[in-house]
Amino acid sequence: MSGPRRPLPAWADVALVPLINIALAFVTVGIIVRIIGADPFHALRLLVVGALGSSESIGYTLYYATNFIFTGLAVAVAFHGGLFNIGGEGQAYIGGLGCGLAVLALDRYLPVWALIPLAIAASALFGAAWAAVPAWLQAWRGSHIVITTIMFNFVASALMVYLMVNVLIAPGSMTPQSRTFAASGKLPAVHDLLRGLGFTVGPSALNLSIVLALLCCLGVWVFLWHTPGGYALRTMGHNPQAAVYAGTDLRRMTMVAMCLSGALAGFVGVNELLGVHQRIVLDFPAGYGFAGIAVALMGRNHPIGIVLAALLFGALQQGGTELSFEFPTITREMVVVIQGLIILFSGALVHLPRPWLQALLARVR
Amino acid sequence: MDDALSLVFVMLAATLRVATPLVLCAMAGLFSERSGIIDVGLEGKMLMAAFFAATTAAVTGSAWLGVGAAIVAAEVLALLHGFACITHRGNQVVSGVALNILAAGLTVVLGAAWFARGGQTPSLVGEQRLMPLFFSKAGDNILVYVALASVPLTWWIVSRTRFGLRLRAVGEMPLAVEAAGISVAWLRYRAVLLCGLLTGLAGAYIAIAQNAGFSRDMTAGQGFIALAAIIFGKWRPVPAFGACLVFGLLDAIAIRLQGVRLPGLGEVPVQLIQALPYLLTIFLLAGFIGRAVAPKAAGIPYEKER
Repeated sequence: MSGPRRPLPAWADVALVPLINIALAFVTVGIIVRIIGADPFHALRLLVVGALGSSESIGYTLYYATNFIFTGLAVAVAFHGGLFNIGGEGQAYIGGLGCGLAVLALDRYLPVWALIPLAIAASALFGAAWAAVPAWLQAWRGSHIVITTIMFNFVASALMVYLMVNVLIAPGSMTPQSRTFAASGKLPAVHDLLRGLGFTVGPSALNLSIVLALLCCLGVWVFLWHTPGGYALRTMGHNPQAAVYAGTDLRRMTMVAMCLSGALAGFVGVNELLGVHQRIVLDFPAGYGFAGIAVALMGRNHPIGIVLAALLFGALQQGGTELSFEFPTITREMVVVIQGLIILFSGALVHLPRPWLQALLARVR
Repeated sequence: MDDALSLVFVMLAATLRVATPLVLCAMAGLFSERSGIIDVGLEGKMLMAAFFAATTAAVTGSAWLGVGAAIVAAEVLALLHGFACITHRGNQVVSGVALNILAAGLTVVLGAAWFARGGQTPSLVGEQRLMPLFFSKAGDNILVYVALASVPLTWWIVSRTRFGLRLRAVGEMPLAVEAAGISVAWLRYRAVLLCGLLTGLAGAYIAIAQNAGFSRDMTAGQGFIALAAIIFGKWRPVPAFGACLVFGLLDAIAIRLQGVRLPGLGEVPVQLIQALPYLLTIFLLAGFIGRAVAPKAAGIPYEKER
């Protein structure tokens, strides 16, 4: 524990440490599966087959991964600016509200090619706005962004329940959901598009949002590592004083980082509402915002890492759902347990394997 | 007149009932945060405690064993938090978030596997629950009094004992504590253990006193309201207790006001009242109502001097 730590070689830091952390999380999950009386290896096999066994399940895996890319990027962008955005959940919720409102207002007048970009812009705008308030409060009033974003999650949830139950509910509906979007408010499903090209794949919820997600990855990468703004943002995260010295307005930069983060989280609404539900529903962010923390931690806050981590999480989500059908004793929440453990091991306990690794590598060399 | 009196009594009892877990949780978080360990994992600890309280009470038939199991469960998570944040100097917020997610998943997974009721535990009856002591209608079980007693006790420990003095010091300036020859890590571990004890009691109260069994996500954000209460009370026990009572009262009012039209206001949305604790905390943190300053060393891992 004590003593000056020799830094690990870069390859170990980038590849080995995350792998060991995931392995630790999975060993722990294996033990939990054992405790509830199931065979961990059999469960793992079912999970892999459930996630990747057919074109349909791969479609679902990618659909879940889309959400994880959005929220993972959201957390990562804020992280690079030294800000911890736990509000992804609320920002996704409000982003979805913006998306849904845009469609509900205009789907009878606009064609699909005009409405979809508008709805995407609206979800970014609403998500950014919901992140802008905590950002402003941190930058100008000095309140802690972690606490404010937590509180904003609850406020978003209360607001959405109110709106859905009292305002947006479809007339005559018993469940709190809005009316169904018109056909122009639908993002094409990937299996439909592929059929048009002559490929037959199983139907799944996968839609064009995944293209948006990959574009966001590219955009974040270009912005953070290849523009002056991204450089300033990362400088603020590494050393705020240096950033000030270099002429960065920290308040403005805080706003930029959080608004970008909120906009990215807001895109969950695009995937869920435009891609799948076709109406505004309650609780569609379903924990993606929190899982984004795990995704960002595991992906080392880099878009490529985030895509890989999101694929893993998407596979877990889809495989876990299949697993729960096969195994009566295992519920879908096993995935939530895995997420929690990954955050624990690759976030809070990230330094756990380091001393052993350093000793090991020193001996090998 | 009689009606008004009974209404006051009913509201008071309801407030206390709702506020009890908040008070226990707020005192728990207070110990942790005064020692410099931020705890956003109050919710998770409480949820885990609630689950093990209900499970143990259902299996053994004893409410007291349930309380014991709740404390053990919360302490395990608390020690995990301590291990990550104190021993390994991990990020305290990340650790807290991890514990919350872990607890939300694990309680349902274990509950569904053990009882096959979709994550619920069997309903508890008779001896399996903590029953009211004096007024059967008020629900004044032993943990309500424990919660009430925890406030002066916390105040006394934090501001009148040697341990409390060191606790506050370690939250403000651990270097000074270390220089005085006192172990920062051990002090913080004790604070985290106290936090586990109290969140354990809070969880037990929710599962086997306030309700008759565990259901998924039953803590429903109360850990975060307690966190809000700590901030509202500016990290001091008595004001935090006051904030808990106010938040409890708001909740009691929200239940009362469901669907009621108020003269001049119309129907007040229940969701607005439910969101009020969070909104008030946001306003407070922004410095619009007084100023809340956290312990200086909160959230900063302590690296021992060589």
